[in-house]
Amino acid sequence: MTLATAKKRSGKGEGRGAPPAGMLDHGAWFLVLPALLPILVLSVGPLLYGISLAFTDSQSGRTEPTEWIGLLNFQDLLHDTLFWDSFRIGLVWAVGVTVPQFLLALGLALLLNQNLRFRGLARSLAIIPWAMPEVVVGIMWRLVYNPDAGILNETIRDLGLGDGRDWLTGIGSALPAVIVVGIWAGMPQTTVALLAGLQNVPRELHEAAEMDGAGAWRRFRTVTWPALKPVALAITALNFIWNFNSFALVYVLTNGGPGGRTRLPMLFAYEEAFRYGQFGYAAAMGCVMVAVISVLLAVYLVGRLRGADER
Amino acid sequence: MTRTSRTSRTFRAGRANRPGRVTRPRRADRPRRASRTGGPARAGQYLALLAYLVFLAFPFLWLISTSFKPATELGSLHPTWIPKDPTLANYRQAFDEQPLLQAAGNSLVAALSAAVVAVVVATPMAYVMARHRTLLARAATGWVVVSQAFPFVLVIIPLFLVLKNLHLINSLPGLIMVYVVWALPFALWMLVGYVRAVPAELEEAAAVDGASRLRTLVSVTVPLLAPGIVATALFAFITAWNEFFFALVLLKTPEKQTLPVVLTHFLGAEGTADLGPLAAAAFLATLPSLVLFAIIQKRITGGMLAGAVKG
Repeated sequence: MTLATAKKRSGKGEGRGAPPAGMLDHGAWFLVLPALLPILVLSVGPLLYGISLAFTDSQSGRTEPTEWIGLLNFQDLLHDTLFWDSFRIGLVWAVGVTVPQFLLALGLALLLNQNLRFRGLARSLAIIPWAMPEVVVGIMWRLVYNPDAGILNETIRDLGLGDGRDWLTGIGSALPAVIVVGIWAGMPQTTVALLAGLQNVPRELHEAAEMDGAGAWRRFRTVTWPALKPVALAITALNFIWNFNSFALVYVLTNGGPGGRTRLPMLFAYEEAFRYGQFGYAAAMGCVMVAVISVLLAVYLVGRLRGADER
Repeated sequence: MTRTSRTSRTFRAGRANRPGRVTRPRRADRPRRASRTGGPARAGQYLALLAYLVFLAFPFLWLISTSFKPATELGSLHPTWIPKDPTLANYRQAFDEQPLLQAAGNSLVAALSAAVVAVVVATPMAYVMARHRTLLARAATGWVVVSQAFPFVLVIIPLFLVLKNLHLINSLPGLIMVYVVWALPFALWMLVGYVRAVPAELEEAAAVDGASRLRTLVSVTVPLLAPGIVATALFAFITAWNEFFFALVLLKTPEKQTLPVVLTHFLGAEGTADLGPLAAAAFLATLPSLVLFAIIQKRITGGMLAGAVKG
């Protein structure tokens, strides 16, 4: 340590901001290691280990050593219609949550960016769902959806629209019902990110456009949206990933039911790994999920960016 | 001006006195030009804002309402917003049915340790990432981004196997290790922003006076960062307090489990949930997160704003 600091001190005259590019001195390593070690051991390592598990027949509670089985897990997966059903549901869920979530959050962010009364209060209230445990969000909405004691069916009865239904156990209604909860739960993060993006909108341009008589929609299209676009792209891409990987909400709401109609891929993989003990097979599912999602996101992002160039 | 903008102005003034803060003023906080879109458009905006707030708030209000309803009221049709016969029985019953206090204790230990360890290891790392443009710093930034896209399945299976070999399954220390690594990406993201806001000249001045690097960090930089470090720690606490998936997989026996996992025990088999105690326990479990989130809310959104502006 003394060596390191002495060395650093001697170099102080050149100014701190410019150490030789690409190099860390001993002192810096000392600062980095406490975080780097856990990251390597508990994040990067397990990720690589997890990928390698996909090529083995690893199972829980087995005494004989696990063996490499090459692509056998992936071959099995290819013919596993249950998994692809689940995967399809995952995509419907992820798109069904991400798109409305973005549009609703955009509306809210634009409103909160206006000079309205109670804006501060509204901002605080609007991000409350962010602070809630996902399990509680699930419980809360189960109470809302409850066929008898729930407020949703009661409102429907009050409005004379029939008797309502058992939303979370109905074959047709379960997935839309959990999608609504997904939208609700992710609104605050998306809104805050978009509000941050709105700070990038050049106000002078906005005012100039208004002077020239551009309407609200035109101002949004030509001034606000171009400045907001990078943030919008980033947050929708992130939301899509988060939603596709989501677990706790649906676990609490329906636990994948009825009849697998809301069994997201994460729930499927969780059951495969920790109920049936098929670690290798579940890891292969994880790999397929990452691969497909990466490709979809790449196509989405490249498409959006190219669309921007052409305009 | 309205109350809202006054509070935000005092908030900004308070912030400006603290050099550790991101000092870029938030444009949206400035009073805007006098509105030219008065009348019906304004009214429509208030109406839309109200609709958003109702959508975001009503499930939580329903949860609170349900928690005070006696079992007879919950069993009958036509539930009301205000309990006809409010009671605290659900709260008593919740504590009788499940080991809530013990679970809260476990959650507290896990979240507190994870938050403290996370900021202690993340602060020096964030410092290096902010001040040195090295390969490692870039790799760390890359990890922060990529880690957001990890599918939990791919990480949890190997983590489970590793922790099992270390005999850290079903133990809080094992869970805490996972939470630390899990909290690091966001902690680093926030802290790098805060470190960048500390003028490097201050550190150089200390170095000229002969302070070692560690000394400079401890007695110059960290005090300036303190508010940011506290906010980051509180956020890490909230995420760990709310976390469900890792706790579900890693903690097996009821006396070790954290609050979100214990809450799911109230759900029972399909449709048999005891709604009153369920609502009461869920409400209590949310309170700590809500209180802490209210405290750090502006700082978190501010940190995200700063990150977005820089990014």
